[in-house]
Amino acid sequence: MSDNIVEINNLSFSYNSRLLHKGINMRFPRGKVVAIMGGSGSGKTTLLRLIGGQLKPSIGEVRVDGKVVHEQDADGIYQMRRKMGMLFQFGALFTYLSVFDNVAFPMREHTDLPESIIRDLVLLKLNAVGLRGARDLMPAELSGGMARRVALARTVALDPAIIMYDEPFAGLDPISMGVILNLIRRLNDALGATSIVVTHDVHETFAMVDYIYFVSAGVVVAEGTPAELRESQMPFVHQFVHGEVDGPVPFHYNAPDFRQDLLHA
Amino acid sequence: MLDRLASTLRGIGSRVIDRIWRLGFAARFFVYSLAYSGESFRRFHLVIKEIYFTGVLSLIIILVSALFVGMVLGLQGYNTLQKYGSSEAVGVLVALSLVRELGPVVTALLFAGRAGTAITAEIGLMKATEQLSAMEMMAVNPIARVVAPRFWAGVISMPFLAALFSMMGVFGGYLVAVPMIGIDDGAFWSQMQANVDFHEDIVNGVIKSCVFGVACTIIALFEGYDAPPTAEGVSRATTRTVVNSSLAVLGLDFVLTSFMIG
Amino acid sequence: MDRTTLDLWVGIFVAAGIAALVALAMKVGNLTSTNIGKTYTVQAYYENIGGLKTRAPVKSAGVVVGRVADISFDNKKFEARVTLDIDTSYQFPKDTIAAIFTSGLLGEQYVGLEAGGEDDVLKDGDKIESTQGAVVLEKLISQFLFNKASEGSSNSDSKQSDKKVE
Repeated sequence: MSDNIVEINNLSFSYNSRLLHKGINMRFPRGKVVAIMGGSGSGKTTLLRLIGGQLKPSIGEVRVDGKVVHEQDADGIYQMRRKMGMLFQFGALFTYLSVFDNVAFPMREHTDLPESIIRDLVLLKLNAVGLRGARDLMPAELSGGMARRVALARTVALDPAIIMYDEPFAGLDPISMGVILNLIRRLNDALGATSIVVTHDVHETFAMVDYIYFVSAGVVVAEGTPAELRESQMPFVHQFVHGEVDGPVPFHYNAPDFRQDLLHA
Repeated sequence: MLDRLASTLRGIGSRVIDRIWRLGFAARFFVYSLAYSGESFRRFHLVIKEIYFTGVLSLIIILVSALFVGMVLGLQGYNTLQKYGSSEAVGVLVALSLVRELGPVVTALLFAGRAGTAITAEIGLMKATEQLSAMEMMAVNPIARVVAPRFWAGVISMPFLAALFSMMGVFGGYLVAVPMIGIDDGAFWSQMQANVDFHEDIVNGVIKSCVFGVACTIIALFEGYDAPPTAEGVSRATTRTVVNSSLAVLGLDFVLTSFMIG
Repeated sequence: MDRTTLDLWVGIFVAAGIAALVALAMKVGNLTSTNIGKTYTVQAYYENIGGLKTRAPVKSAGVVVGRVADISFDNKKFEARVTLDIDTSYQFPKDTIAAIFTSGLLGEQYVGLEAGGEDDVLKDGDKIESTQGAVVLEKLISQFLFNKASEGSSNSDSKQSDKKVE
């Protein structure tokens, strides 16, 4: 049994004849929290979908627990997804179900547990994210941070081995951000799971994760522990970590010469 | 000049290919919805919940429209028939028009407008807010869980709605003919019963409404499922649902009627 | 809305729909007059059935006593073979005439049975001996023209013979 629960080998993926990934290699060791960082539109979320089997790679493979994802049949994908949990960017709660029913959904779909046990489990999960008192609210009545936390409770409802986060800090206030950060680390360690976090929040992430992959222009430009990357002198990493205005990612979108543009009225 | 012509032709060509590709995708979608229907029958309460939203909530518009359609038919029919001294045939006119054509067709058009757009908007928004993706990642097939129950609910609701429409319309015609105009009650019903055949007219009407139910529901589901996940995309999809459903219903009506008469 | 209220409304909806269908069949259509009871089958051969269709009524003295079950072509006799389902509560003598009439001026065609005088009655599988086919419009017109033509020639004949007498 390999030490890596997820492996991405030589992955190339194109979407609408646009090449998003060119030969990507990544390893996600068991029990660790790994971040995938990069600018907007660099294909980070697509990587999560490739791991989850929602998309097929053009070249290369993604292995989960030793098995190649896109070679699985419907049953195989089903078994794989039972071990995974994904937190979507704005929660993706089912708007027609209450908070309680949302968290109970995976349990009711995949297990034959009686309602009394499901009730206890749901309350346990909601307690872990601090929202046991909100169990009867509807998603429309929740704030952004609360919705995100309920979605997190739903993601870990069946104690998955791999937890994926798609931009979990997007649009949150500092307190909610801190809460989610805290939960990601604690849940990962409590469940003995592996967490993959796609984000571009530098300071919060650097404080929490074990390893980071930097993706830009379809390739992995840098990887390492937070400490290593903070010291890195690579131009892209430096610009990203320190939030510099100009660098390998230019400030100006492609435009003709400024003087020419002004003179050509 | 020549390359403008070429680019126009290329544009037409690509749009036609787009439409054909989309039609193929819709056909595969239809087959998947049928193939994954097992769960809808094992957990029938899913279908029942959707019958409430598509069928029960459409009752008011169907019944009120039917009443007015029947009353207008009665008025117009009497207006023309009494010139030929056949005013007692008003019942036959109203009943045949409703049971054969207006019942199934108008119900289908109203259904597409009310329930069809609701289905499209709901599924389109579920797609836009990533709820369908979330379901997929939780190893729950969204077509089996979300699409198939709504499909069967629409197919089951339509014939009942059409029958209720026809019945209400006949009642509307009766209201106009007997209390208002003064045509003989017995003549009204007996002429109708003598001229409306169960197999030819009523059964054919039911068959038509079932076919329309399938068409309208699958179009509404497909447009929602295929909608671009933006606000504008969903709004355009609901428009497409109404337009495509209406065209499909009227086209199928012609095809079915020619089969049934010939 | 909880499950029980939902189920109630859907149940009401489906019940109302079925009631509407039944009402349509009974009050609006003619299902009640369709023979659902027991029937026996007799056959009749016609030179021309005109516009007779299956499920057309079989009437006697204007009352519906049965239905046309099947119409086919007998390739040996070169005649139409019409199968009639008659309600078992009605018995007809063996020399009954089965003629094809039109209801109203341009209405649907039906089979009219005129009872004969024999004591023996038709049983299941019997054949009706005397039949009268439908009136075909072309034959009617050609007969009319022929009559008119022979009238004209007999008139001129009598005028000539009158002249001769003078």
